[in-house]
Amino acid sequence: MTPEAGTLSPLHRLPAWAKLMALAIAGTGLVLIGDWRLVAAALLATLGLYRLAGISQRKAFQQLRPLMWLLVLLFLVQGLWQSWELASLVVLRIATLVLAAALVTLTTRSEALIAAIEGALGPFRRFGVNPAKVGLAFSLALRFIPVIGQQAQEIRDAQRARGLGTNPVALALPLILRTLKMAGDVADAIDARSPYSDPYGDDDDLPPRFVIEPGTINTRTSCKTAEAPQKT
Amino acid sequence: MTTIEVKGVHQRFDTFEALRGIDLTLAERRIGIVGSNGSGKSTFARLLNGLLVPTSGQVLVDGLDTARSGKAVRRKVGFVFQNPDNQIVFPVVEEDVAFGLKGLKLPAAQRGALVEEVLDRYGLGPFRQHPSHTLSGGQKQLLALAGVLITRPDCVVFDEPTTLLDLRNARHVTKVIEEMEETVIVVTHDLQLLKEFDRIIVFDEGRVIADDEPGAALARYVERMQ
Repeated sequence: MTPEAGTLSPLHRLPAWAKLMALAIAGTGLVLIGDWRLVAAALLATLGLYRLAGISQRKAFQQLRPLMWLLVLLFLVQGLWQSWELASLVVLRIATLVLAAALVTLTTRSEALIAAIEGALGPFRRFGVNPAKVGLAFSLALRFIPVIGQQAQEIRDAQRARGLGTNPVALALPLILRTLKMAGDVADAIDARSPYSDPYGDDDDLPPRFVIEPGTINTRTSCKTAEAPQKT
Repeated sequence: MTTIEVKGVHQRFDTFEALRGIDLTLAERRIGIVGSNGSGKSTFARLLNGLLVPTSGQVLVDGLDTARSGKAVRRKVGFVFQNPDNQIVFPVVEEDVAFGLKGLKLPAAQRGALVEEVLDRYGLGPFRQHPSHTLSGGQKQLLALAGVLITRPDCVVFDEPTTLLDLRNARHVTKVIEEMEETVIVVTHDLQLLKEFDRIIVFDEGRVIADDEPGAALARYVERMQ
């Protein structure tokens, strides 16, 4: 996810670390609150922040759509076995957390998020945590969620074309195999594209500082494409 | 201009021998590599910037051994993969292009200027802040190339750059490759792309069976495929 071009609300301008910290505090608070009415108020406040950020309610709802069936199921199970108050509390809490987390990613450049995560993990280096690896993993997760979703759709289409039903195992196996194959290729690409750094942060033997001046990229190609990007 | 020397290279994967004794010196500006599927051409390409290290033999890039100086070699030789989706590692176009500059500790303004420059050259400027997965296939291939060229390699190796593209995008990428000033080594099945190249190397069953100017080498390749 990425902030939309040209949008610069106060939320967009907040530093990534501040938003992540606020998210952590809000998340902890939501878990501690035991009254569904207060959590409902937090949900409304989160939707208010979407408005402040200039993000439509429709887009906010899109963040919850993949979880909708899970939320309905949770509500019914908790309501029937425990109480409807507890069911409301659990479902509202999850919805608020998801919306708040999505708001952070929607209003923050992924590069800034990754830098904030790497910075926050710096002190844990002494315990064996590698901030560069965590940052890269985070970036790859953001980048490849839509790619894997697209692959799942392709597999589903291919299976439907061959008259196969919607067996989750039949989808999962080829998807896992494809993803593993892709992971190998992506690792090669990361190596190939990191001539000046160690993307995994394991190597202190980095090259000396090197200056590339604008206007010196060695190509005279100047091609303009008029293609529009694909619809998401 | 970069010179790549390949000396007595064998490449094995378990019991399969993908390359069987390759000796070549690559010093021309545009070199094409062709061969049937499984002939060893993509394996050969991956040896050229140290993505693969030969089982035996040596690959030297301007005298640097790819087995010992991988990073230094990759500063000289960039690599564009067949599927750009596997090469684009950041979710936003401009962030992905800037990935290769990581480690240089450039000031933000200078880094931004470099990114803008390379994106504008390939007509990707308007998509600078777009999610990379929303680009078309051709645009993704150009983004992959931009991400490589921003680090200013002397030589770029392409592994089947037009295979996944439609005719329009394939022509566009072909034009871009033709106009590049860097040394270009292209592995491809697209013989049209190679017609103006300086040298064509034909692989078959892990060996070089022809190494000549395009007319003669491609004729030998076509004959072999019949």
